[in-house]
Amino acid sequence: MKKLQPISRWLIIASALLMLSAYVVPLWQILMWAPQYPEGLEMKIWINTITGDVKIISALNHYIGMRHIEVSMFPEFQYMIYIVAFIIAFGLFTAIVNKRIVLWAYVVLIICAGIAALVDFYLWGYDYGHNLDPTAPIVVPGMSYQPPLIGTKQLLNFTAFSGPDIGGWIFIVAGTLAIGTLVLELKSRKAKT
Amino acid sequence: MFRKNKSTLALLIAGAVSLSLYNCKPQGPAEVSTGDAASKVYVAPGKYDEFYNIVSGGFNGQIGVYGIPSGRLFRIIPVFSLSPESGYGFSEETKPMLTTSHGQVPWDDLHHIALSTTKGEHDGRWIFANGNNTPRVARVSFKTFKTEEILEIPNSGGNHSSPFITENTEYLVAGTRFSVPMANKDVPISSYKENFKGSISFIKVDQQTGRMNIAFQLRTPGFNFDLSRAGKGPSHGWFFFSTYNTEQAYTLLEVNASQKDKDFIMAVNWKKAEEYVAQGKANVEKVKYAHNVYDEKTHMAKSTMEEQVLVLDVEQLKDLVYFIPCPKSPHGCDVDPSGEYIVGSGKLAAMMPVFSFSKIQAAIANKDYEGDFNGVPVIKYEAALHGEVKKPGLGPLHTEFDEKGNAYTSFFVSSEIVKWNVKTLEILDRVPTYYSIGHLSVPGGPTAKPHGKYVIAYNKITKDRYLPTGPELTQSAQLYDISGDKMKLLLDFPTTGEPHYAEAIPASLIVPNSTKIFKIEENENPYVAKGESQARVERNGNEVHVYMTAIRSHLTPDNIEGVKVGDDVYFHVTNLEQDWDVPHGFAIKGSSSAELLIMPGETQTLKWKATTTGVIPFYCTDFCSALHQEMSGYVRVSPVGSKTPLKFSTGATEEPAPGAGQ
Repeated sequence: MKKLQPISRWLIIASALLMLSAYVVPLWQILMWAPQYPEGLEMKIWINTITGDVKIISALNHYIGMRHIEVSMFPEFQYMIYIVAFIIAFGLFTAIVNKRIVLWAYVVLIICAGIAALVDFYLWGYDYGHNLDPTAPIVVPGMSYQPPLIGTKQLLNFTAFSGPDIGGWIFIVAGTLAIGTLVLELKSRKAKT
Repeated sequence: MFRKNKSTLALLIAGAVSLSLYNCKPQGPAEVSTGDAASKVYVAPGKYDEFYNIVSGGFNGQIGVYGIPSGRLFRIIPVFSLSPESGYGFSEETKPMLTTSHGQVPWDDLHHIALSTTKGEHDGRWIFANGNNTPRVARVSFKTFKTEEILEIPNSGGNHSSPFITENTEYLVAGTRFSVPMANKDVPISSYKENFKGSISFIKVDQQTGRMNIAFQLRTPGFNFDLSRAGKGPSHGWFFFSTYNTEQAYTLLEVNASQKDKDFIMAVNWKKAEEYVAQGKANVEKVKYAHNVYDEKTHMAKSTMEEQVLVLDVEQLKDLVYFIPCPKSPHGCDVDPSGEYIVGSGKLAAMMPVFSFSKIQAAIANKDYEGDFNGVPVIKYEAALHGEVKKPGLGPLHTEFDEKGNAYTSFFVSSEIVKWNVKTLEILDRVPTYYSIGHLSVPGGPTAKPHGKYVIAYNKITKDRYLPTGPELTQSAQLYDISGDKMKLLLDFPTTGEPHYAEAIPASLIVPNSTKIFKIEENENPYVAKGESQARVERNGNEVHVYMTAIRSHLTPDNIEGVKVGDDVYFHVTNLEQDWDVPHGFAIKGSSSAELLIMPGETQTLKWKATTTGVIPFYCTDFCSALHQEMSGYVRVSPVGSKTPLKFSTGATEEPAPGAGQ
């Protein structure tokens, strides 16, 4: 079994510990502007909750038949804390066992978790934007209101933006560190051979 | 291998950076340039504005008078609301103006303005306004800018589609916002379909005096009536009303009254209604409603309780009313200057239908109906349709017109004004409003001869336009130049109350007729003192009547003695000035009602109760002259049963009696 270089082990520890921030800062943000809201409305997604102008957004969205956004809508909030804890523990484990194959597993785990999070968010957004109350006051034929996955989208009078928040960016850095470490390992191995 | 991985890493970082760039806030109002707008709205000192803007005050129950293009506020006319600063509704002369069948209702929700017209054009005679809450219509004189008449509307649950007028001011209408059981019947709310009815009043206006009287009412199926406009030119003789809640829901209307794809525009042939009334086809119904008239000669209002109305049942009488399907809870129902086109603004619809009066007539002639609603024919949508304005914006509300065949529609949700051609239905231009426009006004916009030049937006939300003043922010208007192809924002100005509909009229039609003073020799108030020699104080039981005069810079009498605790003191103050812009005020310490503002030649009365002994000062509140501060006096109030004789004087001095004050 191939061992890791000391610097790699420190980088992996840094990558794992960075993810602890997920418990104290928001991961994702949705921002909205409309003529009536020049100052904007925001929704922050944390590891186990949603904060921001959720009530105002829900009150506006009910006109077009969208459901009220509630924390209980998201079973993910029940187990996300454990998933992230597992990833952090796995990172630390990787540094301790000091084996390249485990680093591979750690990198794959992070990438899979990232993709899973985006797929999960997309599926929720699709359901939230398409599954509308048919008795809503405003029904625009052919119109759905799926929020953007990443980036900006015009939804009736609102311009909506969706993207990572601080925690999300730290996650991206953590993931990049893990991937970078693996690249470093492969490079140094190659240089030796 | 290594190179490939490095480039993957670089790609990841680049991706992350570009992601953050996505977060771009849309362009805000501060970035919208207005160029040389300031010079276009500048009215130099000593110059007049070109237009009067008569603006409803919404929940303040008043009318604001502004100048256009400057946006300057000139005056607030109290209509349905008490005005302690002038004494309107408090003075004995004006108290009866606010009488209703429910007693004194000293406030209302004033939504719409209608300026009198002749041959469809502004004539500068009267301002009409509605009271949305306790159903009333008011008439304000364009000579004095005073409220001269308030007429209560019976059988109405809220007077929203009002006071729109016919082209020669023959009638103004009052359509009920809420359908209700007639004759104040006590029935279960759930019996809506069976018991609730709509009611539209046609109010005849006397062409000489402006006096209003309910000529007849139409009894309609139970819907909500929203807005209306009279036909003009070829469609003169017809009236159009928008309706919503044709679902006939009585709870959670937000959802339950938004279910049908189409509600109705109701077309009324009011000439036919006149025929039916003349033929005796109307039922006489017993009702109770107040009719309050202010007399310019006596400077006094009189309230009369009226007791009956004539009612035409549109479900029984043929050829009187037709329904035209109109998408999604129409709000505005606006007739273009030619009288041919009727614009329905389905406030929840994604397009705007424009109906054709000639097609409606053809459809009626050919009985091109899709069915009936409670016996009233429903014309086929396509048969009445001129065409649809496609994808105009979100939340269309109201449409005004210019003199060039263009329409201007307000969009509440997308917060913009959209300019389109009435004939071709082509969208020509759109401008944002800040924010959430409700009504809009083009000078002469609802008439047969619009003056054009400007469109004024009346907005509901202003949060980043003006300095914050706590949770409650000012409402605002915005002025746009429409003389060119593109609309240009010129000015923001704050408004009082919440502006709903407004009209603008050339100042040249108003200024020459504006009253400067009331002639003292024509003052027929029973309590007038037409000179200081007539000033006096009289006791009548517990009532003390002070016939007082005001002229720069003294009140006569200014020393009054012999008033006793518990007396009701009536100060009948006549302003003897016969000079423009010299009102006097009258205020007394402890007045539990208001003060008075008395115009030159006018008499107004303040009732004041003497509650404690002592010497009470009174004074003029309108800074009238260099010696305004000296314009004051005293009332001496003595205990009940005291022997202080009734005395009054001005300018008389006497030695104090021995022992006085000990």
